[in-house]
Amino acid sequence: MIEIRSVRKDYISKNTRVVGVDNVSLTIQTGEVYGIVGYSGAGKSSLIRCLNLLERPTKGNIIIDGIDLTSLSGKELRKQRQKTGMIFQHFSLVSSKTVFENVAFALKAAHKSKGVIKSRVLELLDIVGLSDKKDVYPAQLSGGQKQRVGIARALANNPTVLLCDEATSALDPTTTKAILQLLKKISRELGITIVLITHEMEVVKELCHRVAVMQDGRVIEEGSVYEIFSQPKQQLTKQFISSVLDFELPSHLIEESKGTIIQIQFEGPTAGESILSDALQKYSVKGNILHGKIEYIQDVPLGILIIELIGEAAEVQSALEYITNRTSSVEVLKHVTV
Amino acid sequence: MSLFDSVVNILPDLNKAFLETIYMVGISLAVALLIGLPLGVLLFTTTKNLIFENNVVNRSLGFAVNIVRSIPFIILLVALLPLTDLLTGSTIGPRAASVSLSVSAIPFFARIVESALREIDKGVIEAAIAVGATPWMIIKDVLLPEAKPGIIQGLTLTTISLIGYSAMAGTIGGGGIGDLAIRYGYYRYDNTVMITTIVVLICLVQIIQMVGDKASYLVNKR
Repeated sequence: MIEIRSVRKDYISKNTRVVGVDNVSLTIQTGEVYGIVGYSGAGKSSLIRCLNLLERPTKGNIIIDGIDLTSLSGKELRKQRQKTGMIFQHFSLVSSKTVFENVAFALKAAHKSKGVIKSRVLELLDIVGLSDKKDVYPAQLSGGQKQRVGIARALANNPTVLLCDEATSALDPTTTKAILQLLKKISRELGITIVLITHEMEVVKELCHRVAVMQDGRVIEEGSVYEIFSQPKQQLTKQFISSVLDFELPSHLIEESKGTIIQIQFEGPTAGESILSDALQKYSVKGNILHGKIEYIQDVPLGILIIELIGEAAEVQSALEYITNRTSSVEVLKHVTV
Repeated sequence: MSLFDSVVNILPDLNKAFLETIYMVGISLAVALLIGLPLGVLLFTTTKNLIFENNVVNRSLGFAVNIVRSIPFIILLVALLPLTDLLTGSTIGPRAASVSLSVSAIPFFARIVESALREIDKGVIEAAIAVGATPWMIIKDVLLPEAKPGIIQGLTLTTISLIGYSAMAGTIGGGGIGDLAIRYGYYRYDNTVMITTIVVLICLVQIIQMVGDKASYLVNKR
């Protein structure tokens, strides 16, 4: 378990004090995949770097599995860092070392014997799917392959925590997917707690159990990924969500339509039920689907549909009520009755 | 006397001078590497946000390095005569000249090492800290290998500068090719000797630069 207790991080430059992280408290459960999202400058990077003390918090404590990192001596801290893997946006591999040597470096830091290092590195390269590249230098690898080496290095000493600092931000969409799959597999098979920061909601949707949204150094919203996606409260959160669930209708479509336009949100099991077709059968109303999407977040469906209802006022009203009572939210975008 | 004859005539002198130059430059280079390299690493690692961050040490070392570097070599040569006498028991000859050459090469090379280290991606150093590596491991396994191409280029640069400085050391009895050029070429107006020594120096510098470039290229995996 990771406990972040009232952490504050100030940066002092030329007599001005800039607050990077402003009094953040979070608890991250063992085995959880926890996402921290925010735009650049929101303090998420500072916060994740506090988790292995790459940045020392100005105030507050970082407690991992009962150990307060801020109280550790140099040697104890190095030992603790071996139990906390980290991967980086720009991979940060040693360019003068081969793939094998890059991964071996982490094991060497933990004073492992040569024999142990050799077998462990080969095992790790197998996990990340790079066994054939062990004698290659990083410059000859693609971005995705470099990140795989980064992951192998981070996992070398069997860490309990893996920190991902924008791990997929420098990768193309296909490679991003593959790296996310690998992280998912690591989380599932090794039970490692993963903390990741990103500005891509897609990454959160794909991988995380819980998520915190950061703005100006503070956590403004926190909850399960499903909660955040289905019921975002803060404006910024809604903005982030819209990158995944965006339902902009062309304005001329709304103007030209003859019926009432409604946006329905289905959550969880109701997404699979036939509420809509039931409503259309029950009342003499025609339905015309303008836009729609069902996202599966942690395998739970979240659906959004925009439909046009055409019919007599009373019938449309009744259908609307029927749908409203059975779904989590209905928003009327345009009200027209014949 | 034909041109050929006069060149043949100075061959023994040239050979001796050449070896003296190699000797002076070799010793100074070894000292620069032995002291300048750690000094450069220290200059780099004591800067802000790095493994041995220490403003006082960083400023003092930087100040000392700048002082030595701001003294013109010819003055350093004279000023260090007492030290030279103390260390080598003499103030003339290539061995004596090596002292002041070394003293000037140390800060020169240290600054080159420092700037080569600065080129390293900070993220790589951070990643090494994040896996729990000791400062010594970071220096040995990350900083020095990553800066190796730059350090080798710096070594080439230092060697070539030392050859130039060794000529100045020659003027106060240090020996070497520069000394030969001055004694025969300048004082005796012997153009043959002058040109021969220049040709030798040009060849030497070209070869060193070529070897240095090649070595730097070979170790560069970026």
